[in-house]
Amino acid sequence: MSLFDYTIKELEAKLHINEITVQELVETSYQRIKEVDGDVHAFLTLNEEQAIAYAKQLDESSERNKSLFGMPAGVKDNIVTKALRTTCASQFLDNFNDPLYNATVVEKLNNEQVVTIGKLNMDEFAMGSSNENSSYEPTRNPWNTDYVPGGSSGGSAASVAAGEVLFSLGSDTGGSIRQPAAFCGVVGLKPTYGRVSRFGLVAFASSLDQIGPITRNVEDNARVLEVIAGHDPMDSTSADVEVPAYTEALTGDVRGLKIAVPKEYLAEGVDPEVKQSVLEALKVYESLGATWEEVSLPHSKYAVAAYYLLSSSEASANLARFDGVRYGVRSENADNMIDMFKKSRSEGFGEEVKRRIMLGTFALSSGYYDAYYKKAQKVRTLIKNDFDSIFETYDVVIGPTTPTPAFKIGEKVDDPLTMYANDIITIPVNLAGVPGISVPCGFSEKGLPIGLQIIGKHFDENTVFRAAHAYEQATDHHKQRPQLGGANA
Amino acid sequence: MADISKDQVKHVAHLARLDITEEEAEMFTDQLSSIITYAEQLNELDTTDVEPTTHVLDIKNVLRKDEPKKWITQEEAMKNAPDQKDGQYRVPSILE
Repeated sequence: MSLFDYTIKELEAKLHINEITVQELVETSYQRIKEVDGDVHAFLTLNEEQAIAYAKQLDESSERNKSLFGMPAGVKDNIVTKALRTTCASQFLDNFNDPLYNATVVEKLNNEQVVTIGKLNMDEFAMGSSNENSSYEPTRNPWNTDYVPGGSSGGSAASVAAGEVLFSLGSDTGGSIRQPAAFCGVVGLKPTYGRVSRFGLVAFASSLDQIGPITRNVEDNARVLEVIAGHDPMDSTSADVEVPAYTEALTGDVRGLKIAVPKEYLAEGVDPEVKQSVLEALKVYESLGATWEEVSLPHSKYAVAAYYLLSSSEASANLARFDGVRYGVRSENADNMIDMFKKSRSEGFGEEVKRRIMLGTFALSSGYYDAYYKKAQKVRTLIKNDFDSIFETYDVVIGPTTPTPAFKIGEKVDDPLTMYANDIITIPVNLAGVPGISVPCGFSEKGLPIGLQIIGKHFDENTVFRAAHAYEQATDHHKQRPQLGGANA
Repeated sequence: MADISKDQVKHVAHLARLDITEEEAEMFTDQLSSIITYAEQLNELDTTDVEPTTHVLDIKNVLRKDEPKKWITQEEAMKNAPDQKDGQYRVPSILE
């Protein structure tokens, strides 16, 4: 048994009575990384020397009241960490070794005395669903290293599943926390849009991006959100809404909870094993006193198209900042400034990033703006209205997180549209801005995890956590651990 | 069917400040055409009277007082720069 099989609360108790030290916790991380990261490739940069020194310092301290005191965590590499290399898994930022400030979420973790173990692998600039778009070695699924861990927060999910860190932070623009959490059998939350400050998150699609925790259980997830949520003057889109004590919502009581199950989320294209796991989860809810009914979110099928137009358009603007002037890798082959911009970006960006910048630039270009970008914004309104009307009657929406379990490395790389379709059930949640969590709900015949997605109303993470926790406590899926290895793992 | 020409793709690449090869231009022509064709299914929906959503929450403009405060020093601002001279970013010539 690893120390990371305990919850934060249990570890806190052990630290309190000196049964374990922070140094042991931190060394557990680095030991495990040495054992498995050569296969998993979850980490891009380690913070070992500083983390061990900080652990020793914490062990000597008599003040131990911070809510995440001494807990070892990993941070997705698109979240800026002061003086700790931040690459977004892009060659453009390969030399960005000395960032000037911490993202607000990192400051908040630091304030609670979290120990940062290192920076986690991802699809380049968070664009992808498999981690195969990392410009470094792609992360592999700890349940079976022939399979993808999902993306874009693949390193964040895989590191938690493999027991390399206790928890991690990811970012989710169209499913990038929930989909890898589902593929790796861990718990991943995308909070309500505006719930968590994005200051210091390298922007991909600003109207959709949210930072959230990835953990091994729902209680830890609620606990981390309590720390990172809240209004931030440095992010004008962060909402000035009170942060409740999420852990207090975990009552185990879901009697009378009204669940909506959209028929579109269990339609054709959803793997029978996935559908079966979700239907069994609904039986668990029935046995706990909740009720469910089939509903329709009629505009779901348009979500992927609207999402790719909107997110790529926003990305084409956001990624204009990468010009090779102030930071990053500058091309050495340029004759003049425009040429320098072009060559630096072309040499520094991978194919998927270029594809999305191209799509976004096209959709925003003169003569096409109304037909594509504005049209997609209008369809977004229809998708949001679908959720609003369901939430007039129901407390949560439940379905699978993904249509299938993890796919094989290389299986979908040649066809962008097939890859994009994998996000069909997670994307509407970002478009509507509502919170969604993925919790483990079973395994495929091949032994790959399946995720259950629970979606709530704006700023009602409490109900999402309560529903997720009650299900988790009634089942054993979250207690399963991956064996690392090849095809027979 | 969206009909995007290779010349259009090259023009878009120029606008996006990307240098693409002939092969990339061909690949992106095919791929952007199929993605745009896929996106055109949105035209099945009549959105004449639908307001566009730019932001899901009712967020207002946030203004703050224009007060000077400490952030980073000039030296810090320069330390990740690929090229610099006398405390300023240096770039290749703008004029030919």
